[in-house]
Order: sequence, then C-alpha cells, then structure tokens
Amino acid sequence: MYSLGIDIGSVATKAVLFDGDIVDRVILPTGWSPRQAGKDAVIELLKKNGINQVNKIVVTGYGRIAVDFADKVVTEITCHGKGAYVLNNKVRTIIDIGGQDSKGININKHGKVIDFIMNDKCAAGTGKFLEVTINSLGEDITEIDELTRKAVAEKINSMCTVFAESEVVSLLAQGADKANIIMGIIDSIAARTVSLLNKINITDEVLFTGGLANSSQITNQLTKVLQKKVKTDTNSQFAGAIGAAIIGWEELQ
Amino acid sequence: MAKHYEMWEKLGLDLEKHDQFLNPVPELFTEIFIKQDNRPEGMDYYDFVVGDIHGVRVKELVAEKDKGNPVISSFCAFVPDELIIAAGGASIGLCAGAQFPIPRAELELPNDICPLIKSSVGFKLERVCPYFEVSDFVVGETTCDGKKKAWEFLNEHISTYVMELPNTKSASGHQLWQSEIERFKLEIEERSGRKITTEKLAEAIKLVNKKRSVLERLYNTRKANPAPISGRDTLLITQLAFFDDPARFIEKTEKLCEELEARIANKQGVVNSEAPRILIAGTPMPLPSWKLHSIIESNGGVVVCEETCTGTRYFESKVAENGQNLAEQLVNLSERAMNINCACFTPNEARVDDILRLANEYNVDGVIYYNLQFCQTYNMEYNKVADALKKADIPVTQIESDFSENDSGQLNTRIQAFLEML
Repeated sequence: MYSLGIDIGSVATKAVLFDGDIVDRVILPTGWSPRQAGKDAVIELLKKNGINQVNKIVVTGYGRIAVDFADKVVTEITCHGKGAYVLNNKVRTIIDIGGQDSKGININKHGKVIDFIMNDKCAAGTGKFLEVTINSLGEDITEIDELTRKAVAEKINSMCTVFAESEVVSLLAQGADKANIIMGIIDSIAARTVSLLNKINITDEVLFTGGLANSSQITNQLTKVLQKKVKTDTNSQFAGAIGAAIIGWEELQ
Repeated sequence: MAKHYEMWEKLGLDLEKHDQFLNPVPELFTEIFIKQDNRPEGMDYYDFVVGDIHGVRVKELVAEKDKGNPVISSFCAFVPDELIIAAGGASIGLCAGAQFPIPRAELELPNDICPLIKSSVGFKLERVCPYFEVSDFVVGETTCDGKKKAWEFLNEHISTYVMELPNTKSASGHQLWQSEIERFKLEIEERSGRKITTEKLAEAIKLVNKKRSVLERLYNTRKANPAPISGRDTLLITQLAFFDDPARFIEKTEKLCEELEARIANKQGVVNSEAPRILIAGTPMPLPSWKLHSIIESNGGVVVCEETCTGTRYFESKVAENGQNLAEQLVNLSERAMNINCACFTPNEARVDDILRLANEYNVDGVIYYNLQFCQTYNMEYNKVADALKKADIPVTQIESDFSENDSGQLNTRIQAFLEML
C-alpha cells in the first residue's frame, strides 16, 4: 500500500512516495502549469518505482487547488509541520522559506500545528527575492554558498524585491564585490525572516525547510541572527511533500 | 436586479458608474449566499432586500422625505438612531464596505488610511450610493483620527455633522457624550423643524431596543451546535439592520428566529456539528464586505459570532427604558453608547472580557481577530486579546485586510491552515 504526497510550490514541485517509510522522492520545476507539474511528478515517481497505482494522493502547496486528482488537499502549513516532525521529532519551530512565501510554524510534542505566521502579500525575504537579486548579478541561485565562502556582507537596505534589485545594480556600479553583495542579500533574507519569526514562539529545536534550506549560508545566517541553532535536513525541501504523504498514509490506516 | 433609473437620476446618481458598481452584485451574491446548502427559508426576505438594494428601501426613504420627514445617515453604532426616529425620521447606516469607490477616494485622500473611510468618501464622490444622495445630512463621530479628518473633507460634498466621542469612560467622558447627545437632539429639531417629545422618544427607544433584542435572539440561536444558520447569512442580516425599516426588520427577523429555534429543537444544522466554530473579533464589515466569512465557510468552518460593530457591539448594549422625562431619556441614550467596548476608548480592558465571554458562550474552537488595514486602535489591541485567549487555550490568529480581492489567495491559505489546526 502506498500514499503519495505532492507539494506544488511556485518554483519547484516535490513528490514523495510513502509506504510507512519514504520510498522515493522526485523534484521538478513547476513551470507555468502547476497542474501539469503535479501530474508529471506522479507519473515519474510511479514509473521509477514500477508501480501502477497509489492508494491516496494528498496535495499541498500553492498549486494544490490546480489539480483535479487529489484525494485530499491540505495547506503547506499543516504539511510542513507534519513533515518536519517526522524528520526530527524534537522540532517545535519550523522556518519554511519557499519560492513566494515564508512561514514560521510552531508544533506541539505530537507534531500538531499550534501557531503559525506567514509573510504578507510581499515577496520580501522569499526565494523570489533571492532569485531576482541573484539573477541581476548574473549568477545562479544554486551557487550562492560557493560564491560567498569568504564574503563580507554589503548592506542591502531595501526589503522590496524590486528596489533591492536596483540597489544591487548600483552597488555593482560603485565597484562593490559581487560575493559581498550576495552575502548582503543573504543577510537581508535572514533579517526579514527573523522579524517574521518574532511573532511566534521560538522554542526547542528549530528546523529550516523549503527550497532555501539548501543553502548552508542562509542557514548559518539565520542561526546567527536568531541566536539559536537552526537545523536542516537532507529532506528539508521535501518536508511539505513528506507531510502530505503521511497525512494520506494516516488516512489509509 | 431591478433598475430604477428615473429615481436614481433624480437623486443625482452617476447612472453609468452606478450600473458598473451594481451589475456584478447578483452573481457575487448568488455565489456566496444563494448556493449555500440548507439555507433557512426565512432568508428569502433578506435576499429580496439585497436583490433590490438600491430600489425598494430608497423609494421608501424618498417618500419619507416627500412627507417632510428627515433622513439622516451615519456610520457608527454610537450614533443614537432613537433621536432620529423620535423626530419622525429614518436613520440609515451607510454602506462603506466596497472596493469599487476606493480608487476615486484615493485621488483626494492618502492611500494609507482605513479602507472603510476611503470607501465611504468614495461612494459620495462617485455618486453611486442612493442612500447618501437621499440623506439630509450625515452624522460622523470622532472614533479615530482618520474619520475625524474625513468628515472635514466629506462636509465639502454633503453636510456632515460631527459628534464628539470621548476617548475615555471617565466621569467627564460620560458628561461629554451626554452633552453631545443633547446637542444632537437640538440639531435634529432645528434641521427638521420637529420637536422630539418624551412620548415619541420613549416609543423610539422601545423600537430600537426591540431591534437589538431580535438580533440578540438571532445570535443566541448560533450558540447551538450544529449552528442553524451560517455566519455569512447572519452577517448579511446584521448589515441590513443598519438601513432597513426597523418595524419590518423586527417582524421578519422574529419569523426567521422561530424557524431557527425549530431547527435547533430538531438538531438540524446548516453544517454538521464537526465544523470548526469561529468567533470573529475586530472591526466592522459593512455591506458588501463578505470576504472573510466567505473564505472561512468555504473552507469548512462556521462563523458563530462576530464581536464587531456589525455584530455584538451593535446590539448587546441597550437603552434603559425607565426615563420619565427627556433629560432622563437622554442620559439613558448616552449610557448605552458608553457601555460599548470599542477600541476608540482607553483603557478598554472590558473588551478582552467580552471576547473571552463570547468565546465561551458560543463554544468556539478558535478566534479570528480581524482588523481593517491601518486601523491602529484595533490592531494594537490584538496582543492583549491574543494573550488572554492563549491563556484560556483558545487558538487565535490575526487577519489584517481590506475590501479588495488582492489578498484572497493568501487569506485562503492562512484561514485553511488555521482551520486545519483546530
């Protein structure tokens, strides 16, 4: 028996196959059609594992409303809470930064969400902010850890993605070092995230999930500003999909 | 929706803009209201009123005016309807819950002020609200800085009389509001040429109290689990209470309450008893602001109470009926308002008690604290309310929003997640 969890984010679609344990996972770009991305993820997972059907599909993420094959639709907040708890059951605070939003989530000792906070209608401090500013430097988002290894942050003042982009361009024009600018962008994301997190309790272990958790520099910077160890997991980006798969699995039991 | 072009034109509406404003309403209304399952039959009346929202009632008001009766509009639960009714007039709570006229208002007012203020001013500037146009004058109150300044501006477009609401409930605060009630009485008498008598005022006090009582009875039915009526239907009824004819409104709402009480006796609900029960606490939702209720209820929750000016703050406090003469009656009118726990007062500890009491009485699973954007007073009271609720183990989340659809995607996720959490 299998359950399948799909987390259709604004940038990446993650899917996890579950049979009581994580069997397999895939990640693909969401592209312009969240519905197609969700479908592709299912097909790829099934094909890779030589199975014809799953017993329950739970969909989460911003694209969750776009699909028509979900047995259940759950918000990413509940799913990240569930997923993070399975990755580490000592976790009580979750920082999730995805393509277009950032969240702080508190869970109790049973993994149930008890409080959360989410960014407002603005992309400040999200993956989009990182993507736009890094692209304006002609660099790739996956390289930021490598590029900033010895960097000293330049101060980026604007929280607004659009204004920050032009600020980055003028810093370049003034001769600032590219690596230092990128470090400045990372600082800005961490500062923005921590100010969001101040509205919830930061207790016990803190797990960083979502796409930005792939960056050790962002993780380190969050630890520094928060003055509390922020952990990640090799499955951090899949936390939402794992949570969705588990919710499906629990319904099958 | 019926068209009353002749009347609208006479009132001075901008017919083209007015059509643009009203034309989408039936579809929206069908989507949010008519398509609900298990609706009480008694909702027919309110559907009919909305279906002719700028027709039948406006016609009545025009007829009142033709008879020489004053028509006076206001925006706030503090304004004493009783005095207007005692002068033989009609008291209208104006709509201020639409995005439509806001861009026009923003040409004259700053963007970063309360959407309710922008909407109400915009309605006048765009000339799309017949209730504004049929009014002899508008009554404003000094509940917040934004409103205070808005009245100066509005007065350039329609005569606007301002009541000075105290900032505290001190003895001098009580005295101030009492003198403001007296001043308002004289103003109505002078403008209408009518004398407000003890007898007429006693009748008006009874009538408006009765309206408040029927709303209370309606709200009481929502204490049952499963709730016999949806939150959005109740919100609609409360919204309409602001401008419907009071006697007719009482009659129709009593009839609806009988139906709902029968439902409760049969354990019949509008949703099942598993649906998370939500209390909304915060700022008013004037017509046609249905966004929050609609998101909560389309995600499987049910709103069972509103601690707002379009909710309990509108009807919970009543006027004592024991006044033997005008002086006593005016004091009683004044005291009703001073019993309302609005964030315009400092301190306002009793509001926290109200919310805890309502959460308990209505047996809610969670509280959604709602405040309009840029509403400092309600926004700043959130932490105090949230602390008290958390201490009582009642989950709470804060939503700050306006009348636009800009944030509905985000709100949908947040509210859905909140309901999943309960």
